[in-house]
Amino acid sequence: MPHRKSLASIWRRIPQRYRGESTMCLNCGRHFFPPRHFCPYCRRKSKIAPYTISGRGKVMSYTVVHVAQEGFERQVPYVIAIVELEEGPKLTAQLCAVEPEDVRIGMPVEMSFRRISEDKDDGIIHYGYKFSPILSPKK
Amino acid sequence: MAGIVGYGAYIPRYRIKVEEIAKVWGKDANSIKKGLNIQEKSVPAVDEDTITIATEAARNALSYAGIDPQGIGAVYVGSESHPYAVKPSAATVAEAINATPVMTAADYEFACKAGTAAIQTCMAMVDSNMVRYGLAIGADTSQGRPGDALEYTAAAGGAAYIIGKEDTIANIEATYSFTTDTPDFWRRAGQEYPRHGARFTGEPAYFKHVRSATEGLLEKGGYSLDEFDYVVFHQPNGKFPIRLAKRMGIPLEKLKVGLLTPMIGNTYSGATPLGLAAVLDIAKPGEMILATSFGSGAGSDSFAIRVTENIHKNERPVQMYASRTKYLSYGEYAKHRRKIRM
Repeated sequence: MPHRKSLASIWRRIPQRYRGESTMCLNCGRHFFPPRHFCPYCRRKSKIAPYTISGRGKVMSYTVVHVAQEGFERQVPYVIAIVELEEGPKLTAQLCAVEPEDVRIGMPVEMSFRRISEDKDDGIIHYGYKFSPILSPKK
Repeated sequence: MAGIVGYGAYIPRYRIKVEEIAKVWGKDANSIKKGLNIQEKSVPAVDEDTITIATEAARNALSYAGIDPQGIGAVYVGSESHPYAVKPSAATVAEAINATPVMTAADYEFACKAGTAAIQTCMAMVDSNMVRYGLAIGADTSQGRPGDALEYTAAAGGAAYIIGKEDTIANIEATYSFTTDTPDFWRRAGQEYPRHGARFTGEPAYFKHVRSATEGLLEKGGYSLDEFDYVVFHQPNGKFPIRLAKRMGIPLEKLKVGLLTPMIGNTYSGATPLGLAAVLDIAKPGEMILATSFGSGAGSDSFAIRVTENIHKNERPVQMYASRTKYLSYGEYAKHRRKIRM
């Protein structure tokens, strides 16, 4: 990666990027990801509480990236998808452990722990979630 | 007595066949396949490393055990391919599974046996009531110098064990270790690839240590080999463990389930833990498992494990990962393993 990222900004996102920790509004029951500290629907009546996403969802839409952003050249072609989580929030994430031609809209996916980027050869490695096809039903 | 409360495996889905590597270096694939008893090996994705493999295995172990990760008081990750020279893999894994912050953690390194050394540490901590649960992981994305014999076997994978005293699915009845300074394989600080003593890795290293630890365990625990239903030996290739079993009079049937190297390669610190996981996937209550690791440099840890009635179905068995494959060409493999500089 070309840029030296702020250590503090990477560190602050560890709970959400590693474990899917986020927030929800107890007033309307909506779940957010990434975390919000204010419910845009309930506004003054917001009652924000922590919750952790299940990590499961389905592919709502996707695109295949052939011209990679710096740092992702070894991975082309790769898939960036909008994933709708079981709890409702939609988020953009890279898919892994799947070939672009095998991706389908509606495909069930789950969070996998992967390297996201690294700050050159001597900097911090940034870990987080990507989504992969569900291997077998987890009980 | 400390035992296994839960376990989990992970193997990356990429594979490269012996033929594909042999072709590049002008070698005879059939003689390598026969000589090493190996067909193909696993290769990590570009975005996978020891930390991601250890995390996936640990998550599977937690899911199997059904325990609160906050009950884990110690996390040890054994590997010879930690992504950082200084910065603990164990802290990232522990953070990812929500075991932090009240716990101890460290990375282990002892060539291929760092994972079983981690299991022993967790056993001692559990038995001495220092922690309720300990998490021991062996995981690697091992390195083989292009063109070297190791390139055919150096693979990626790992397994995680939650060690505790409550509701164990298998009890570790005895453990025994055998360690000497034997220079059979090493990687100096700052070097990208390991070097090895070729045939010296056999008799004075692998065979001496694995056999001594195994025989020591039998004597210490008062076991006979016949009592064990399954045997798992470290498997740097597909040939060494079979040769040792023959010498010790162990029927090959007992070795078969835990012998994964012919299809996935040598997962180094992950090898014995993964072999044991494959056995636990099918073991029944009351059955006995003998597992002996080997780490170059050199040492072996041997374990006598009795399966309890708490054993239950693993939703993510080793075979599920072993049979999930996507084949790479040598060029793609070189890109994956960063043998091509960009």
